[in-house]
Amino acid sequence: MTFTETLPTPASAGSGPLAIDLRGLHKSFGTVRAVDGIDLAVRPGEVVAFLGPNGAGKTTTIDMLLGLARPDAGTVALHGMDPARAIAEGRVSAVMQSGGLLKDLTVLETVQLTASFFRATRSVAEVMERAGIADIGSRQVAKCSGGQQQRLRFALALLPDPDVLVLDEPTTGMDVEGRRDFWNALRADAARGRTILFATHYLEEADAYADRIVLVSHGRVVADGSAAQVKNLASGRLVSARLAGLDERGADALRALPGVQSVELRGDRVLVRTQDSDGVARHLLTTTAASDVEITARGLEDAFLALTGDATRTDDTLGSL
Amino acid sequence: MSTVSTSTRTSAPAVPDASRAPRTGLVNLPFLAIELRRLLRNRRTLIFTLIMPPAFFLIFGTAKEYKTTSVGHANVTAWIMVSMALYGAMLATTGGGASVSVERAQGWTRQLRLTPLRPATYVTTKVVVAMVLGLISALVVTAVGLASGADGEAGRIALSVALAWAGSAVFAAFGLFMGYLLPAENVMQILGPILALMAFAGGLFVPLGDGLFADIAKVVPTYGLAEIVRAPLTGDGVSVWAVVNVVGWAAVFVSGAAWRFKRDTARV
Repeated sequence: MTFTETLPTPASAGSGPLAIDLRGLHKSFGTVRAVDGIDLAVRPGEVVAFLGPNGAGKTTTIDMLLGLARPDAGTVALHGMDPARAIAEGRVSAVMQSGGLLKDLTVLETVQLTASFFRATRSVAEVMERAGIADIGSRQVAKCSGGQQQRLRFALALLPDPDVLVLDEPTTGMDVEGRRDFWNALRADAARGRTILFATHYLEEADAYADRIVLVSHGRVVADGSAAQVKNLASGRLVSARLAGLDERGADALRALPGVQSVELRGDRVLVRTQDSDGVARHLLTTTAASDVEITARGLEDAFLALTGDATRTDDTLGSL
Repeated sequence: MSTVSTSTRTSAPAVPDASRAPRTGLVNLPFLAIELRRLLRNRRTLIFTLIMPPAFFLIFGTAKEYKTTSVGHANVTAWIMVSMALYGAMLATTGGGASVSVERAQGWTRQLRLTPLRPATYVTTKVVVAMVLGLISALVVTAVGLASGADGEAGRIALSVALAWAGSAVFAAFGLFMGYLLPAENVMQILGPILALMAFAGGLFVPLGDGLFADIAKVVPTYGLAEIVRAPLTGDGVSVWAVVNVVGWAAVFVSGAAWRFKRDTARV
């Protein structure tokens, strides 16, 4: 059994078209495989965190999702459209990490100017209000704090009233207060039923603001599930023991124990992820020939590192992940 | 997945589907208006394009004997005035075109790709704004010139100034090309001296006479325009060389700008 199999299958073809449908995305830069086969299906209305360390391929995936970069292989569809059409129709918009603002314009001018690119938009006053920048309209962009600039980008993204909102590490470089304000604004907007996908490398942000967490590492999806499920995965302990010749029946017996999340065989060791490490240890020591039993706690951070880190190349340690 | 994810929108959509078709026009008036406002706010640009050329004119063109010496249909002061009008328009249009480099450096052009704005509209707006600044610059030099002794047949002077302005379009293309080519935030700090050199080498500031420099001048981008702009005042015809020079450089700059522009907006 592998890690992802403990989670429900991610949103697959349900009713209606998917908000975001990425299939088999690949993108290399020279010899570096930035995105190495990402599939992602997001249903309308989902709030998805795209979680991973720096260099995991999040930004490259988002660039392809928005049509800023062309995949080497694979397809992108947003509500069944290619990204260029979705952008032209204002059905998808994005808040990028940094840049993208003219420093010599005022906040209000930036919103007015961007609104002029669309045939019809939400009102300038409304998006500025919702992004929390109504009071700084006359301020020059160059004089805005990082948090204010980011809320301005958010206001611009709200203009076309998009079905899908994509945010690439929206709170990078913000102070605590700026982050809180930003997420409050976004959270209020999410309640309107918009599909939101945000990239982050902050675990707590993914946990606090997403319905679903997609964990990426080395250009691949390594876990996909609700925030609670991902937390649950991480909250248990890992019991490992030397146990040569464990057969399927023995493995099934372990899986049948209360609290066991997964059982994995690696060489002559068995690895059991469980909520009840005592029960597993008792079972191993009393009914099997297990020896050399180790029990380790797995924090959220620990699970994150285990899933995304270099130390455990996902291919061999986590099965088919 | 959660209650949030399945809830429907609480408010009616403000943007009905019929309004989602992207705008198609090449000119977007609010965009143009804001771009012009930005231009007038940029003090450095204004000093370079509206103060320097008339100042050069006053330094080089107002000697007493220039006002009394004729070049054919106007005095030498007027001849220098239209040369400086061309120089001013050139600076203005190059700077206008090159402003894309700053906007690329600030990530603005990338941001624009996340909107329905067509790249062609963006470039058109940049060129229009550059030409507006070029016109203002040429007119300021002309006003200063006429007030300080430039004299001649009015229609011919007007034609010269109009040619200077129209011809500066070649440099709008040059500015765009360089703006897309050079990564620098302050690309005009590189282009300013280059334009001054071109103006000298092309005989815009001082007459070329004969000899090596005159031969070199024939391939300098300002050479052909200088001759065409002055022709109404001197009454001399326009040489084939001048036309070849202008058409040739225009082709180089326009295709260069188009090439870099396509690269800039291509998905990679």
